[in-house]
Order: sequence, then structure tokens, then C-alpha cells
Amino acid sequence: MSVNMIVCCKQVPDPEAPPAVFKVVDNKMTLPPDVKPVIGQYEEFALEAALKIKDTVGGKITALSLGNNFVRDVIKKALAVGGDELILMEDEAFEGGDSWSTANALAMAIKKIGEHDIIFCGRQSSDWDAGQVGLGIAEILGIPAVTLARKVEVTDGKAKVERVIPDGYQVVEVTLPALIIVTSGIGALRYPNLKGIMAAGKKQPVIWKPADIGLEPSQVGAAGRRSKLDKLFQPVKEAKCEIIEGETPAEAGANLAARLKEAKLL
Amino acid sequence: MAENKGILVCGELANGKLASITTELLGCGRKLADDLKEDLSCLLASDSVGGASKEAIAFGADKVYAVEHPALKEYQADSYMQAVEKSVNEISPRAILIGQTSMGRDLAPRLAFKLGTSLTTDCLDLSIDPATKLLIQTRPVYGGNAQAIFTSELVPQVVTVRTKAMSPLERDDSRKGEVVPTKIDIDTSKVRAKILETVKEEAVGIKLEDAPVIVCGGRGMGGPEPFQTILKELADLLHGAVGASRPPADNGWVPEALHIGLTGKIVAPDIYIAIAVSGASQHTAGCSGSKHIIAINKDPEANIFREAEFGVVGKYEEVMPAFTNKLKELLAG
Repeated sequence: MSVNMIVCCKQVPDPEAPPAVFKVVDNKMTLPPDVKPVIGQYEEFALEAALKIKDTVGGKITALSLGNNFVRDVIKKALAVGGDELILMEDEAFEGGDSWSTANALAMAIKKIGEHDIIFCGRQSSDWDAGQVGLGIAEILGIPAVTLARKVEVTDGKAKVERVIPDGYQVVEVTLPALIIVTSGIGALRYPNLKGIMAAGKKQPVIWKPADIGLEPSQVGAAGRRSKLDKLFQPVKEAKCEIIEGETPAEAGANLAARLKEAKLL
Repeated sequence: MAENKGILVCGELANGKLASITTELLGCGRKLADDLKEDLSCLLASDSVGGASKEAIAFGADKVYAVEHPALKEYQADSYMQAVEKSVNEISPRAILIGQTSMGRDLAPRLAFKLGTSLTTDCLDLSIDPATKLLIQTRPVYGGNAQAIFTSELVPQVVTVRTKAMSPLERDDSRKGEVVPTKIDIDTSKVRAKILETVKEEAVGIKLEDAPVIVCGGRGMGGPEPFQTILKELADLLHGAVGASRPPADNGWVPEALHIGLTGKIVAPDIYIAIAVSGASQHTAGCSGSKHIIAINKDPEANIFREAEFGVVGKYEEVMPAFTNKLKELLAG
């Protein structure tokens, strides 16, 4: 058996960068140049889910990304870890989209790719955190979707998914083709090995413009939005932490207990 | 289609009662409906809605649509979507409020895309623009490092609201309202994702969401062991529960059910003790509603000290035994 998989990946500013470097200027998030872009953390889990299936039953992985100014070394990680093909929807017109215009363009690209068994997405992007695009793609394509997967197995044209719920998990069986949205329990994305990095270096991504997926520039990115971003801001937070001192860390610990008692928190 | 009017809360039940998020949504929805001078209704879909309809009225609803069907016993997207889509088309609301819960995260995007409208998830604040009657929707973005305000001209306006972000009204059982039993056929042959099994993995002891005190460990704990010893000892002493930031959950040191943060549980205890937690915005998104935050971290620059009220800079291995012992002494005295 060979499973045909598409993994949607997004290039985002490193979400693990210290909070202090995130600065909003003129309604836009600006980050210092030393904050490097990465593949979003949940898309990394989605890639790992696809790779685990490729390991066990075999298959083909096409990584698909939408944006502009991709840093090749960053996005090619999808190939270096074991992806077979990389399609970049790369154009100025794709910038500034919302969940709707992004899901719509990705769905059109998936139609163009053609045959597939599973589309993997992360649960939410690591920049806008909306958590809509995966389910949006499934609605547009009219295929079933299972969210919050932490384990995926494929047998006989079906996928068996462990879906995380607040106090445990469900075992869900879904017919293919299906869209599966992955969460962290799947396990961290493997490191690329040297062979993978070399192979990725030689491969060129396929580039698609809006016209390649049958859309006008006015239907994608910022122009294709359904919701309007009125304002981006950072609420002012006053640091007011009282640091409890002591001769030794242990003494500081004891002093903290005493201070909590004094503040009537116990 | 009729003109879209009124606010609709898409409710949830927990053990046959109104879930706390639904009381929060009704509290928020009541205010929005009053500002619009329109009705607040509540959709409750389950195998048996029972007394929850009356509860929804007591918490602010003018009208409750009670949809009962055996296929709605537990949330399953394909069944649930049929019930919600049909109800929404009949009710024709101006705005739909859904909880940013396990169900809401799964349902809301499907519903919004199906209805051809837009959605803003995880809202912290909602208000009505008096000129346009559109919802002004505020939500955190960039892992909580900023907030964004969105509007959309499409109706119905769909939003999900973060748990514990809104206050419920005082329950008033004398409040008048109408319960509309709603018959909806659900075609179970359209269910494409079958739930074969539901497995509970709840940690023993006090539930995280209900705990008055939470002792939370972060990446700096270094492994699973301190969660079961140092942190548990402190939690037990304070009649609280142990939680974790994302790295311990991702690394399998603790079950995912203990994960507090943007993509885990949202908690708001009286006392939140964060130990070896750096305080990334993605984590503080889950605990910033706590009344008192106390931080112990070896890094004086750790972001958690920007959230905390009291803190100690030091290695947890050195600070914690003395802290717990002194607490024991003070609590005994």
C-alpha cells in the first residue's frame, strides 16, 4: 500500500522567540532580523504524522505552503526530513490573507495536485493561532475531517485516529480521502539526516502563482479576506513582581512562604 | 431568508447541566443583545436536554431551542453540524457565540465555512459597533504576544470565546423565557468519521479546572519525576492540583490533560505557583486569569516574573524543599 499525502506547512516567525522582541509597529508585527523564520510548530507535528505513515506502510508526501518570500533553507526542511515534493504558492498577492482566503487557495492547489488520500494540517498556525484553515479546506473540498489527532494509522482505505479530548481521547475511524489535523501528542518532528539534507538541497520546489490554481490575485491574500483586521496592538502590562530575597535559595523559599502568609494567601 | 437578528449562543452541556462556558457566553450575549435591543437565544443539542433549558433562561436567554436526538449524545462533527446548520438557518441570528472548547474548536470553523461567513476564534472581548451593528471582535494573536481587533460584514457573524474570559450573570430562576422543543432529523448515514471508542485518561485527584490552587511545572523540571514528588507534595499540602506547561506534556512527562496554555487548559485558580516555567505567552494565555501568580525560576529575566505577584529567583531543587517545609509549619501553626 502506498498512501498519498499532502502536508500543509506555514513559514512563521519563530514563536519561541522571547516575548519582549514581539513589537507592533503601524498595525504590523515587526521582529528583529535575528528572529529566524521556522515551519510552524503544529505543521511540524503534521509532517511527523505523515512521515510515520510513510515509515510503516509507505507513501508519498507533498508539502504545500502558501506565502511570499520563503526562506528556502527553512521551508525545504519539509524535504530534508523525508518529504518527496515541495509546492510553494509564492506570490505577493498571497500576503495578508485570513483563514478564508488561505483555506480557499490551499483547497484550489490541492484540487490541482489531484489524487490524495490524506491531507495533514497543524491545529493552528504559530503566528495568528486561528485554528480554522484545516477545517476550512475540508469543507471546501467536501471531505471528512478529524481534529486533534495524536496518532494515525492507515488500513484498507480508512484511517484510525486517536483524537485528543479534554479528559482523554477518542478512537475515530474515517474513510479516505480525509483531512486530519494534528496536535502535539504525535511526537516531535525528527531531525533531518545528512542524506535528507543533501537530497533536499538538489530538489527545486514547484512554484505556483494565483493563476496556476485558477484564482485571480483579487481572490487571494489580503484582497480575498472575509474578515477585516482593524487593529493590532499590545496591551500594556505592568511588571509588579515582588522578588523575595534570602541569603540562600532555600532561605528565599522559606521567606516566600512567610510572605504568602503575611499577604493572607494561605 | 429572513433578516438576521438577535444573538445565538451555541450551548454545551456537562453531565446534564449547562456547561460553565455556556453561562459565560449567555452573560456576554445578554449584554450584546441588550445593546442591539434584540433577543438572546440559546441552542442546546443533546440526546436529552432536560432541565438545562430552564437553566439557560435563568442565566439570561430569552429563547431556548432544545434539539434532542440520540445521535447527539456525544459530540460528533457530522451529526452535530446537521443539527446546528439547520437550526441556524431557521433562527437566522445576527451573531453566533460558541465556546473556544474542545467542541467549539471543532465545530465553529466547519459551521462558518459551511455558512459562507467569517469566524474569529478565541475572542477575549466582544462589543457592538452602534453605527453598523457589527461585532467588534478582539482576540490574542502571535501566541498572546499581541491582540487583534477584527470585524466582518458577513452575517451571521460567528465567533468563539475563550473560557473564563466572560462573566456569567447571577442565576435568576424567576427570569421568564421560552423553551422551543425543536425537531431535527439527523441522517446518520452521513457520518463519515465514526467514534469507535472514548477513553478517559483523567488524572486522579482534583480536576485542574476546579482546583483553587495549581502547582505548575515547566520545561525546567527536567523530567517526569519531580511532578510526582516535589510538585505533588506541594499541591497536596495546599489541596490543589498539579499542572504543566507545554514542554512537559509534549515530552510525555505528564499526561496531555495536565497541559495549561493556549492549546491546553485555561485555568483561573486563586493561587497559581509556576515552577521552572519560563512564561512564554502561549503558556500565560492559559493562566493569566489566576488571582495570584507566584513564580520560582532560576532565570531572573524569565517572562513569568512579568506575570507574577511574588517570585523567587533560584533553582527549584534548592528553593522548593524549604518553601514547602515552611508552608507546612505555617499551616500547622
